[in-house]
Parts: sequence; C-alpha cells; structure tokens
Amino acid sequence: MLMQPDQTHDLPKVETGPPILALNRVTKTFPGVTALSEVSLELFPGKVTALVGENGAGKSTVVKILTGIYQPDGGEIEIDGTPCRFPTAQAAGDAGVTAIHQETVLFDELSVAENIFLGHAPRGRFGLIDTAEMIEKARAILVGIGAQIEPRTKLKDLGIANKHLVAIARALSIDARVVIMDEPTAALSQKEIEELYVLVEELKDQGKAILFISHKFDEIFRIADNYTVFRDGALVGTGSIADVSEAELVKMMVGRDVSQIFPNRAHNIGDEILVVEGYEHPTEFADIGFTLHRGQILGFYGLVGAGRSEFMQSIFGITRPSSGVLRIDGKQVDIRSPADAVANGIVYVPEDRGKQGAITALPIFQNVTLPSLGRTSRNGFLQLAEEFKLARDFTERLDLRAASLDTDVGNLSGGNQQKVVIAKWLATQPKVIILDEPTKGIDIGSKAAVHEFMAELAAQGLAVIMVSSEIPEIMGMSDRVIVMREGRIAAELSADTMTPETLVRHAAGI
Amino acid sequence: MPKNILMSREVLLTGAIALLLAIIASRFPAFIAPTNLANVFNDTAPLILLAIGQMIVILTRCIDLSVAANLALTGMVVAMINVAMPGLPVPVIIVISIGFGALLGVINGVLVWKLAIPPIVVTLGTMTIFRGTIFLLSDGKWVNSHEFSDSFKAFPRTEFLGLPLMSWIAIAAVLLFTLVMSRTTLGRAFYAAGGNPHAATYAGIDVGKTQFWAFTISGALAGLTGYLWVSRFAVAFVDLAGGFELNVVAACVIGGVAIMGGIGTVFGAMLGSLFLGIISNALPVVNISPFWQLAISGGAIIIAVILNAQANRDKGRIILKRAEQAT
Amino acid sequence: MSDTSRSIPDRLQSPLERRLKSWETLLLAVAVAIFIVNSFTSPYFLNAWNLSDMTFNFTEKAMIAFAMALLIIAGEIDLSVASIIALASTAMGAAVQLGVGTPGLVLIGLGVGLLCGAFNGFLVTRMGLPSIVVTIGTMSLFRGISYIVLGDQAYRGYPSDFAFFGQGYVFWVISFEFVLFACLALIYFVLLHKTNFGRAVYAIGNNAVGAEFSGIRVARVKFILFLLTGLMSGVAAICLTSRLASTRPSIAVGWELEIVTMVVLGGVNILGGSGSIPGVVIAAFVMGLVTFGLGLLNVPGIVMSIVIGALLIGVIALPRLWENWRMQAAKR
Repeated sequence: MLMQPDQTHDLPKVETGPPILALNRVTKTFPGVTALSEVSLELFPGKVTALVGENGAGKSTVVKILTGIYQPDGGEIEIDGTPCRFPTAQAAGDAGVTAIHQETVLFDELSVAENIFLGHAPRGRFGLIDTAEMIEKARAILVGIGAQIEPRTKLKDLGIANKHLVAIARALSIDARVVIMDEPTAALSQKEIEELYVLVEELKDQGKAILFISHKFDEIFRIADNYTVFRDGALVGTGSIADVSEAELVKMMVGRDVSQIFPNRAHNIGDEILVVEGYEHPTEFADIGFTLHRGQILGFYGLVGAGRSEFMQSIFGITRPSSGVLRIDGKQVDIRSPADAVANGIVYVPEDRGKQGAITALPIFQNVTLPSLGRTSRNGFLQLAEEFKLARDFTERLDLRAASLDTDVGNLSGGNQQKVVIAKWLATQPKVIILDEPTKGIDIGSKAAVHEFMAELAAQGLAVIMVSSEIPEIMGMSDRVIVMREGRIAAELSADTMTPETLVRHAAGI
Repeated sequence: MPKNILMSREVLLTGAIALLLAIIASRFPAFIAPTNLANVFNDTAPLILLAIGQMIVILTRCIDLSVAANLALTGMVVAMINVAMPGLPVPVIIVISIGFGALLGVINGVLVWKLAIPPIVVTLGTMTIFRGTIFLLSDGKWVNSHEFSDSFKAFPRTEFLGLPLMSWIAIAAVLLFTLVMSRTTLGRAFYAAGGNPHAATYAGIDVGKTQFWAFTISGALAGLTGYLWVSRFAVAFVDLAGGFELNVVAACVIGGVAIMGGIGTVFGAMLGSLFLGIISNALPVVNISPFWQLAISGGAIIIAVILNAQANRDKGRIILKRAEQAT
Repeated sequence: MSDTSRSIPDRLQSPLERRLKSWETLLLAVAVAIFIVNSFTSPYFLNAWNLSDMTFNFTEKAMIAFAMALLIIAGEIDLSVASIIALASTAMGAAVQLGVGTPGLVLIGLGVGLLCGAFNGFLVTRMGLPSIVVTIGTMSLFRGISYIVLGDQAYRGYPSDFAFFGQGYVFWVISFEFVLFACLALIYFVLLHKTNFGRAVYAIGNNAVGAEFSGIRVARVKFILFLLTGLMSGVAAICLTSRLASTRPSIAVGWELEIVTMVVLGGVNILGGSGSIPGVVIAAFVMGLVTFGLGLLNVPGIVMSIVIGALLIGVIALPRLWENWRMQAAKR
C-alpha cells in the first residue's frame, strides 16, 4: 500500500528575484511510459537547487529536455520569463544552459582542448579553428578548476577522474547562466569532490543558477540552497533546504516511511561451496581470495571502479585471470567462458542490464530459456511448450508483471527486466548466484521484491554474492562483507563489525 | 611521449614503404629514380583522391562502396558532354565533374541521413544503379580517344614544375583536407560523430548530417577523379574502374583508418594508397605477373587490419596501475 | 495486495496472425504479381521448360544466401563468397588436369569452401576483426590466387558425369540444382527456426554481449556460420562449374552483391537480429522472376542490375518513408 505524502508542498516562495530558468508543467511521454507529467522547476541566480528522486523518477529526462536532447510534449521552458524552445543541443548552449552529464560524453581520439571546445572552438582567419587560442583557453579553464591536465593530451590517455574534470571544464567553457550537474561526484575522489564544492561556490558567486542532481544527502545538505523532489515523473515537493530534514526528503522520494525495507533473514549457513584463492589479473585486480558457504549472502562493497565487477566477471569466465584457483564443491574447476561457469553452477546477474543482462529485442520466454535450452529441447530441436512452461514457472516465482511471455523484454520496466534476468539464471538451477548492483535503477517496489527474493534464495541453500555500492543494501542484506579498494581486498567484515563508517573508511582508504 | 610518436601508424607505414622501395631498388635501382617515383605518384593520384573521401566516410562509421561507380558515371557524363560540346573549357568540365559527383554523393548521404538505411546497403545499391545508368546513357558504347577534344585530354598531363597537374591535384587535395580535418568545425565533427556518436549528439553535433557531408565530399572527390581518369586514359565505358572501390577501402585500411570509425588521417590514407601504388607499379619491373596484384592487395588488407586491431585494442580500466601510481 | 493468482499468457497474438502481417506475406504477394505480369507480357513465360530454366538464375546464389542469411542475422557478413567459388572452381579445374574423377572433384570443391570459410572464421572470431573488412580482404585474396594460377587461361575438360550437378534433371523439368536448392532450403529452415543453434543465432545477432553473458559460446557459433557459408560457396562452385563446364578466374564475379541483396530483400535485417529462411526463398524467386522476365523482354543484364539495386534500397526505404509520412500525418 502506497501512502501519499501527508503534506502538499507549496511552490517555492520567491526570495531572490525571478528565476533565470523555469519549467512550467512540462510533460514528456515515451511509447507506453509517461516519463514526466506536468512538472515544474525553477532555478534562481546564485542558488544551487538540488533535484532529488529515486532512479526512474524523471531526473535524467529533465536534464535531456533542458539540454535540447529531448523535446517536451507539453508545457514550456522559460528563460527570464520568456518561453523558448531548445530544438537541438546547440540551441540550449546558445541560450546559456550547459550540463555536466552523468555518463562521460567525450571523445577518446580528440585532444583535451578539442573535447572542451568541440562545437564552439575559437575561430581565427578564414573561419578556421584557432588551435593556439583554443589550447590557451582550455588551459585557463583547467587551471581554474584545479585540474593539472595538459590540454594537448589525447583524452584516451587520461584516467576516469581526469576525464570527468574535462567534462566539467567543457561545461564551463560555454559562457552559461545555468549549469546542470548530473551526479558530478560519482567518479571523483574525496579530494576532487572538495575541489568541486569550491567550484560550485565560485559559480554561485558569479550569479549562475545551478541544478545539482545527487543521491548523496550529505552533499545535498552541504551545498544546496533549494530542493525539488520528483517521484514517478511527478513533482512531489519543493522548497528551501533549510526547512527540510533528511528523513522528510527520503519520505517524499519513496512515498512512504523507510523503516524496514530489508527482509528479516534466518541465518542458516551450510557447507562450503565456493573457494577462491589468489585470483590475479595483470591490470584489474590482485590477490583476491575468500570462501563462500551455502545459504550465505556475501556482500562486496567498494567505490565505483574498485575492481569488483572486473573480478566477478573473471569468476564468470568473461575475462581470464592470470593466476588463481577456483574450487566449487571441493572440486577445482577451470572456467574459460560463461558457458563453463554456468555448467559449474555459477551464474552472474550483471550491472549493465540492457547490454549484458537481457537480450531486449527477444521475448521474455526466449530470454529465460536461453541458457537452459539444453533441458527444454529434444536432441537440439526446440520444444516451445517446454520453454513456455519453464519460463512461466520462474517468472511467476518472481512476480513478474508483463502482458504475455511473448512480450519483448525491452518493453518491460527496469525492475521487471531484472526479474527476467534473475529468472533466467534460477532456471539453470545454479549453486552460486552473483548479483552485480542488483537494484540499481529499478523502482522501490521491485527493489524490495528483489531483496526478499535474495533472502529466500539464501534460505533455500543458494550461495549469493552481492556487489553493491549502496551501504543500506550491503548492511541490510549481507552476512559478511568484503571491501575492495583499487583492485585489492581492503577488509573483510562480519555482520557484527560492519558499520557505515568502517565500510566507507576501508573503501576510501582513510 | 616520443615512443608513442615513433610507433604511430604513419611512421610505421612510411618505414614499410621505405623498406619496400629499398628491396625493389636493391635489384632494380632505376625504380627509385626521381622521374620513376614521380610516375608512380602520378599513377597513384586517383587512388589518393578517392581514399581521402573514403577515409572521411569511414571516420563517421559508414562505408562508400559506390565510389568507383560514381567515378565511372561522372566520367561518362563529362565525356559525353565533351563530345557534344568540344568547345566547353576544361575548368567548366572540372566544376561539372565535381558537382555531378557531389550530387551522386548527396543521394547516398540523404538515404543514410534521412532514412537511416545502413550505408553498406545504400552504397551497394547505388553502385549497381550508377553502373546501370552508364549503360543507359551510353547504350553500352565506348567513348574513345579520337572523340575527345585535345584540351580535355591534355589537362591532367600538363606539367607544372616538373610534375603533371594530376599529381598537383592530389597534393592539393591532401593539403586541403588535412587543413579541413584538423582546423574546421566540420572536420572535427567527422571524428566526433564516428568516435562517439552518442556524445556527439550531446555536443550539439547532428550525426546523420555529418555523415551526409562525408558522403557528399566522397562523391565530389569521386566525380573529380572521374574526369581525371577518363581524360588521362582517354576512354570512357561502363566497366571503367570496375572493382576499384575495393582498392580504395584497402588503401584506407592499410593507412590505419579504423573501420569502426573515429580514427584515421588524410596522411595515412595517402600513405596507404602509395603502398598499393608502389606494389602495382613494381610488379612488372620485378617480373612478377600482374595477376599477382589482386592477391597481394588482399593479403595487405588482412595484415593491415590485424595490425590496426592490435594497435587499438581496448586496454581495460587498469585499476591496479592507478593504485600503483597512487602509492 | 490482491491475492488473485495472475497467470501471464503465453502469447497475445496468434502465430498465424503474426505471419499474415509479416514481410514474407508481402513479398509473396509481390512474387505472385510479377509472375502474373510476366505471363501476360511474354507468351514464352508460361512454359515448363522456360520456367525450369529460370530457376538456374537463382538456385546457386540462393544456396549461399541461406547460409549468408544466418551469418547476417548473427551480425556478421561474408563478402568473399564469390571469390570462394572462384578458388574452389580453380582447385577443381587443376585437379581435373591431374586426372581426378568426379567424386574427388566434389570433395575438393567442398573442402576448399570449408577451408576458406575456416580462414574467414578464424580471422573474425579468434583475432576479433570486423568481418566486413576481413572478407573484403579475403575477397581479393581468394580470387587473386585464382588469377595467379590461371592468369588469362581457363580450365576445361571436366569429366562427363561431372556435368550432372549443373545440367542434370532428376525428373522431367525438375533439375538437380532445383532439388538441391529445395532440400537446402528445408535444412536451413529447420536449422534456423527449429533448433537451439538457430535460437543462439538470433540471440547473438540481437546482443552478442548479452548472449555471451547468457552462456552461449558466441565465437564458436560464429565460426560454424563462416564454415557453413564457405561450404555453401563450395556447393555452389560445384554446380556452377558443372553448368559452365569451364573455370575462369572471373567466374561468379559480383555475386556477393546479388546474394546480399537476396538476403536483405528476404527481410533479413542487415544489422542482424531478425530474418527468416522462407523470406530468403521467396526473395530468390522474386529476383529470378524479375531477371527472367526482363530477359524475355530483351532487356540487357546491366539494366537488370539497376532494378536489383533499386529493389535493395527500395525495400528498406519504402517502409521507412511510409512510417515518416504516417507520423507527420498524425501530427497534423
């Protein structure tokens, strides 16, 4: 039962003059989905507005509308009170709106300076790009944000954090009045995050309006002046950050109290099932070893880029470790491909659902039976009736919502796609299931269902490995946690010794 | 990073070409005499022109298989214009050939841009359509040497500072497009649209439109080459330059242009063309049957694509290395 | 929470309904229309022997097109097929000069096809190279070897019983080639639509990474597809060589384009992931009928290529134009 928020939040009381940019009852629909329904948003000069919401609440859609990637189906965008349209990304830039996107949208083969100035490079004689001036300007911007990057370097030679700084520099190279920051700190280290905060303060002082999208509440309370909360594509609250508590924000985001999201679990740990010793890879991870028992949920915590997924994919046979031993049920096995892993009872639910998890253009039943065709077929010939039966068994256990088993997976919501991927692996009757960020990007209802199902699997004696970057999920679900940092195990914590502080300390190495 | 520059594609290829010349010269020193090398360059000029256009198309993750057919069709059109109007001055002929070739490129470009049809399908289709059109225009007849006006035939052979104009046009194209690719917004857009189409959209670049311009440029260069080819060999017929599109793709691949888009240079495309040009010119000299040509260029494509793949292999995220640097 | 047990239905649309709305149905209508037009425009068309002759226009190409369809559905392409024909034919011709008999020739034809397919497959799946460039390379290489061996010469003198494959009739006007074509169509239909292997082909074509992550041995499946394409080229080489009774290095030049056209016309998505064998079979007939019909009207071959090229673009462009037009109409 969903509870409506008990109080309606008034539209912001204007305190600092009119907004630079405003969205007025903007609606955006995609086939079958309403991504935004009549949402409004106001950005004021010299103010940071935090846009808060669960994954799928419509935040990215707003960013894409503000940057000219999508066109709204209804409502309007106003700049200084004048309605305007952004038919292209160029038009949004010309109107003074710039964005630091969540994914790095840059070009490996171009130089840092070209990445910063692509599309608006300084011109010299005959309209040719003035390379020297471009490099100088790029250098000035980079120095301004405290990035020690040579503008002539090719982007592909930079690390992830530096690429992100280039993205920030690119956003600042446009003389913008509105700066959108979509999860700008996700890939940055603590030191770089501090520098970013300083930068945000500078932009505020220059009178720019900033839209700040973040999942991190400490961050929001530290730098935001106003907040706006979206839920399921609709505006649920907006106001001054000083008048709201973290608990109230969370309540608005999820639409209910979040006291007990995680299922209670019986901890009946069984025999040893998986032993990993001395797993090494020349570039991605080193010296990884652990033991996993039946009925256990082993959490893997770490910062983004700590090498957790890379390691899991080597257990699953995607990448080959340079050395290391893997024993399952006491028997040493050599896993050279995912097919080998599946044959040995190890399955992997990847983080990148659309690319690695599901084959979105194929129907649900074909996705579910893909690794189990050997059992549903006769002498290599397909038996459709058997396939539908197997698919129905497992999708119904997961409470999948779909029009029919013949529906393409691409037409399902993120949560239901994840259920299809999990059903696919359960149908193979695995011994060990690895879930990589299993609830990333899915709605709160499906999230709880996935958590409950994990607990149920463990209770039935399946060994579960869960990679997660969400501390509540790690704390709520795991019997034990391995913390990874920079490709190595930083700590192994039991349920009694893990606290949010210890997890963060080991993950960040402080 | 001097090591990086030393190992760059262009340097490796220049080395390979030097080695090739040295081997040929060790037995036939006359081959590397300046006049002969100039001849080789002149023979390779059409390939260079086409390879520049093809490189731009491949940069944007497309392919243009219709270049040779475009060349032949434009060549036939200007040939027939010359026959009908012998008085038309050569500069006008050149403008017509560039314009007509560009028009054929526009057809490819519009189909790719506006209808989002895969480029390989579009250009396979237009390739056969262009060839067929030559037949319809010419009724399958040849336009022969004596039917052309003298000025029409003389232009590419006219010498300037010791080199035929044909060579000068190729040199000019290399210089012009090096400038276009490195110093214009459109030039950089070709790299951006092919290197990361998704990001290009965010940067305000219309990927489809960029591909359209690539096809238009490729078509214009093919058209120009069409006139040069027909006038130099003083003949136009349906199967002119048949199968030459494969040599063009080969020159690009050998020149280090990545078929997945986003990587390649004008200089590389020129070197790739020269590599093939030297081989085809050297075969008769070193007494190998010209029938070897096809197999050699096939082998060269395969070796080049293996080398390209090795050079551009994804290096992973290198999590550990960063850790080592940090400590 | 409601407690009604919801069962998800298997299908919303019956398979018959889906089939009626398919590309194949449209294509079949086109084939019938061309057939009718042809029979009105030429008095020579509706003649059993003429129709039988017509099938030679497409049988050899269609054999390769079946394997090519699977390869394209899996997201790869092989442009070297016509060159494999040349190389296989050259190898058979050389063997004839050494006095090899018909069974030996067949083995050599099939063997060369398999070897060439294996070479392509190795470069694509083991070395991880893009198939379009690899097969443009081997397209030159394979035919290039034929040129090195033959130059401007030709091999002749094939044994008389070798002629059966390309010139023989099984029953009345039903040629051996046509029977072989029909059998191969059936085999490939079952392979693609009724087996686990076929399912894997679709999965790979839609999302090769996802298929790999689902435990499918993607490289192995693709390698087998290259082998099959090579093998089919070998089969076509035997039929064509037998029909022509001679081998020149320029044999089957340009066939790769007609084969790809046939596959795309048959509704196979050039980007991979969808397509069917019945579609390719109908497309083969459509192309055969068009070529034959124009031939009866004394239209030269090169002009037919315009029609083929326009067909290739048109079949993809028209549905998209229609869609664009509909969307604009909806806006107004």
